[in-house]
Amino acid sequence: MNGYVGTPTSRVDGRAKVTGAAKYAGEFTADRLVHGFVVEATIPRGRIAQLDTSEALKVAGVLDVLTHANRPSLADKDDAWKDEVAPEGSPFRPLYDDTIKFNGQPIALVVAEEWATAKFAATLVRIDYEQAEFATDLEAERGGASEMDKPHKPRGDAAGALAAAALRHEADYLIPTEHHNPMELYATTTVWEGDGKLTVYDKTQGVQNVQKFLCGVFDKKPEDIRVLSPYVGGAFGSGLRPQYQVVLATLAALALKRSVRVVLTRQQMYGLGYRPMTIERVALGAKSDGTLDAVTHEAIAVTSRYEDFARNDTGWAEQLYSSPNSSFSHKLVHLDVSTPSDMRAPGAASGVCALECAMDELAVALNLDPIELRLKCYSDRDQSENLPYTSKQLRQCYARGAEAFGWGRRDPAPRSMRDGKELVGWGMATGVWEALQMPVAVRIVLTSNGHAEVSCAASDIGTGTYTIVAQVAADALGLPIENISVRLADSTLPQAPVEGGSWMAASSAHAVLGAAEDIRQELARHAQAMPSSPLAGVDAQDIILAEGTIAKAGERGRAISIADAMRYGKLERIEKQKLNEFPEDKSHARNTHSAVFAEVKVDEELGVIRVTRVVSAVAAGRILNTKTGRSQIMGGVVWGIGMALHEETVMDHRFGRIMNANIAEYHIPVNADVHDIDVIFVDEPDTHINKLGVKGLGEIGIVGVPAAIANAVYHATGKRIRRFPITLDKLLG
Amino acid sequence: MGDVTHELPDRIPTRLVINGVSHTLDLLPWTTLLDALRDHLALTGTKKGCDHGQCGACTVLIDGRRVNSCLTLAVMKDSAEITTIEGLAKDGALHPLQQAFIDHDAFQCGYCTPGQICSAAGLLAEGRARDADQIRELMSGNL
Ligand code: FES
Repeated sequence: MNGYVGTPTSRVDGRAKVTGAAKYAGEFTADRLVHGFVVEATIPRGRIAQLDTSEALKVAGVLDVLTHANRPSLADKDDAWKDEVAPEGSPFRPLYDDTIKFNGQPIALVVAEEWATAKFAATLVRIDYEQAEFATDLEAERGGASEMDKPHKPRGDAAGALAAAALRHEADYLIPTEHHNPMELYATTTVWEGDGKLTVYDKTQGVQNVQKFLCGVFDKKPEDIRVLSPYVGGAFGSGLRPQYQVVLATLAALALKRSVRVVLTRQQMYGLGYRPMTIERVALGAKSDGTLDAVTHEAIAVTSRYEDFARNDTGWAEQLYSSPNSSFSHKLVHLDVSTPSDMRAPGAASGVCALECAMDELAVALNLDPIELRLKCYSDRDQSENLPYTSKQLRQCYARGAEAFGWGRRDPAPRSMRDGKELVGWGMATGVWEALQMPVAVRIVLTSNGHAEVSCAASDIGTGTYTIVAQVAADALGLPIENISVRLADSTLPQAPVEGGSWMAASSAHAVLGAAEDIRQELARHAQAMPSSPLAGVDAQDIILAEGTIAKAGERGRAISIADAMRYGKLERIEKQKLNEFPEDKSHARNTHSAVFAEVKVDEELGVIRVTRVVSAVAAGRILNTKTGRSQIMGGVVWGIGMALHEETVMDHRFGRIMNANIAEYHIPVNADVHDIDVIFVDEPDTHINKLGVKGLGEIGIVGVPAAIANAVYHATGKRIRRFPITLDKLLG
Repeated sequence: MGDVTHELPDRIPTRLVINGVSHTLDLLPWTTLLDALRDHLALTGTKKGCDHGQCGACTVLIDGRRVNSCLTLAVMKDSAEITTIEGLAKDGALHPLQQAFIDHDAFQCGYCTPGQICSAAGLLAEGRARDADQIRELMSGNL
């Protein structure tokens, strides 16, 4: 099979998206739909002493104000509130009781005939609080950090080796709180179908996760709740767990026995999850020849008081470079904030940023080219597990990236390169992520007119799942892609986990292959049973589906049209559903890698930084779609620019409240901030990882980018900024 | 519910001409053009990303100029000619910008896309952008 896979096929849902036809969660409608508006707490910790809704209820068009005091029943056990990806702890329950756990916590829902009416009435809800002592400042509370009991595998004697190192570099790098800010506002439209049955259009990365969660929270039978999210306007991890608006919309629908839509405001979305602020402490010890002798990495991160959210920040330093001595630890500080959540390349975006800045600092101290240092401690085995990789073409990433960037022309001395009034800096960094794969089921319905419908509960959050599923199905069934229709993100469809972790491409593609193989076998059987079949006697394994026919491989003349075979078998349709599970195999490490090169230009007087060029060379196995794949990497690079230079959620710790909860003051890169981005996919054949050799691209694009830019800023200016984002005040300061 | 003491203001009959079709709506005066499109006319191609004029997702063309519909009260645009993303394709043929966005994969999740495309159409009509940097600058109101 080879036709669409590996090509720059345009997005199959492109037309729907450019014409405005694609419908997102808050755009579905229903008879007598009403609108909910959330009232949030304005203190970070305490309890609601009094909540007066009487004035709000007097607004014409207001139907109800739901609070903890008058809501319908909600589950009272933590288990019911734990979704598929919940961390350890006791999940937040909206409108459950009078306790306030974080600023921005939803405490009431005003429901009205029109959205603007609900919004106005929400301003009339009066709340008196009993405020408790609180803490929201990670750096101030650093001393109270507690160690996570995750398995860390120390090697040798890191402390001793560091003390004895010929050259040592040790520093804290600070990654601030960052919010996902998907362009689509969080929204749910819960449609009251009568008899307590609900259809829920939700902004989520996992419809089945939300469906199970709602059944638990509202004590419903699976057949009573159906969840859909056919299009998701970005999520980046913020939609992995069910968000509170889905609970509120559903609660209101049950209370009013009407269809309800709840759309959060941009400001309210700052009360959801975020990338946790983390102090990343990295120490590197080198021998005088530039080989690493010791690596230690300690992460100290924020979590809420009610859940232990921790991601793998330090495992990359553990795995990536060869070093005989190393130790790692991950600590959490529990504060009066909402629980953090996964955000693109969780753990890696932060942890690798620190590691790769530290490697650059070490290279400077050793007077080594940064690539040379990385090659000196290059490892063909996963250092933490001492396992070979299924494939690792990182050397090629360095080589091809450096060549495309023109790295060889770099003068290593800081402040040595200029362009008029601007200082020019070139920096590089390594990126790494995991190549995960999960069980996914797919159903294919082939009809005798040569059309196939492929369906699966997986979400497409803009990653291109619709398109790659169509490509793989078209190739496997030997049909033109126009004949394939793809249905996704409906909880009644075959099983899929949340879309995240870069696992969906490999997982969904192989599920399609599995179902298509069953279809091939059935078609082959019918074709061979036909009178005077040209395929009579052919080994079933040599029968392929190609160009709408059932044919002998390598002998296309021996073929029968799918339509004829199905007519002979008296079949209007063939339906096959298959769950694909990857065999457990602990013999190899599975990772994607990248080498990122960045050029910055810094105005010497004003400190303004521009990222003028980025080359990202990625080794991620086989690329299913070079067009959408390139977009994913570009998106990661743009986000990396934001992480390096712009993004920071700023909190006023006197009030425990976010001060820039909007997208004018929370800065992200705009078109004018983004210049040349060159994406290179390095050839990385991988026959071990899975049949297609696919590894996934969702996260790897961002990892390494912030460090490459920070290193470029150092090269341009001679200033090492270790508190992100690197803003001009820090450069001038 | 209890006694209504906060009466809503009178609704204002408003004629909106959208993609060449005239609609008459009775709107509360505070209804933004964005909410009128999305909630009253089911024209959800125009997106809400912030409701504060910060993201450009709600960009539409009013009398040929690009405008943030979240910062525009519907009643102010009585009888104006409004073009939304749903009106750019003519007789099933995509606008060249729509085709270019597909060909170059200029979107992923697609949520900012209608605003980007309407904004780009407005930019072309303005005729100010001369090179790639100027396009980037003049498209920077669309996140
Ligand atoms: S919704 Fe109008 S600018 Fe964001």
